[in-house]
Amino acid sequence: MSTVLERVTKVVVDRLGVEESEVKLEASFRDDLGADSLDVVELVMELEDEFDMEISDEDAEKIATVGDAISYIESKVN
Amino acid sequence: MTLQNKTAVVTGASRGIGQAIALELAKQGAKVVVNYSGSEARALQVVEQIQAAGGEAIAVQANVADAESVTQLMNKALETFGSIDILVNNAGITRDNLLMRMKEDEWDDVMNTNLKGVFLCTKAVTRQMMKQRSGRIINISSIVGVSGNAGQANYVAAKAGVIGLTKTTAKELASRNILVNAIAPGFITTDMTDELSEELKQAMLAQIPLAKLGQPEDIAKAVAFFASDASSYITGQTLHIDGGMVM
Repeated sequence: MSTVLERVTKVVVDRLGVEESEVKLEASFRDDLGADSLDVVELVMELEDEFDMEISDEDAEKIATVGDAISYIESKVN
Repeated sequence: MTLQNKTAVVTGASRGIGQAIALELAKQGAKVVVNYSGSEARALQVVEQIQAAGGEAIAVQANVADAESVTQLMNKALETFGSIDILVNNAGITRDNLLMRMKEDEWDDVMNTNLKGVFLCTKAVTRQMMKQRSGRIINISSIVGVSGNAGQANYVAAKAGVIGLTKTTAKELASRNILVNAIAPGFITTDMTDELSEELKQAMLAQIPLAKLGQPEDIAKAVAFFASDASSYITGQTLHIDGGMVM
């Protein structure tokens, strides 16, 4: 079973076409990983599918970095 | 048959222009979700007509002005046919009155169905269309949304709003290969226009260079064009189908 970090990294690499090494916890999707606002919406959609959860619009707006996404998912899964 | 293996959701498809659109899309090979608000019997007739011609269709009741109802409509479409490739936002109502006499609920009812309904249905299909990396959204506006029309402040405002919404949605979703266009019908023979007074009809005819009313099929064929590969470089546009009334 892959860790949350590995699964999130895979989604981010696939969706944004970045190198795995760029996907650091502090990396901002928009400022560091080249995502536009629609990419972020899509990324959240794919994370919902990957982790079989619903992320409300309010919560989604707070997810700006890779670390934000991981801690959000871990808080919901655990 | 240009729409084989595509699924289309047509709102307000139990009669008038919506019915003609549902039939035309089915004729082009699309599987059609015939949405209706109140006229179940007529919606079922449309479904039967499509099935009798060898097509696939289901009727689904939903109020487009209600988000939950819209979600159920789109879920039903996905469960039944597995994709949503084409959305036709056609559902519309009129509550005509002079501005000075127009009641707040007449304004609200028309805005809710004719404008908010387009927003809700569009929002509800974008997730699926973004995943598919393709989709067509065709919004039925009205020529009066371009020209204005005395006695229809609510309807005109909503239909003009649909044109603005079309342009914005087109810009937001273009990068995901989702194309969004509007059609602005002129004076088309339907139940809605049958209610107009003879005097008003004559006055409108005098303004139509082609000097006749349009038929629902005239709109349906343009919808089929916007839904097909033939229009793959067109987005954000409003096509006037009005016999030349507004140029």
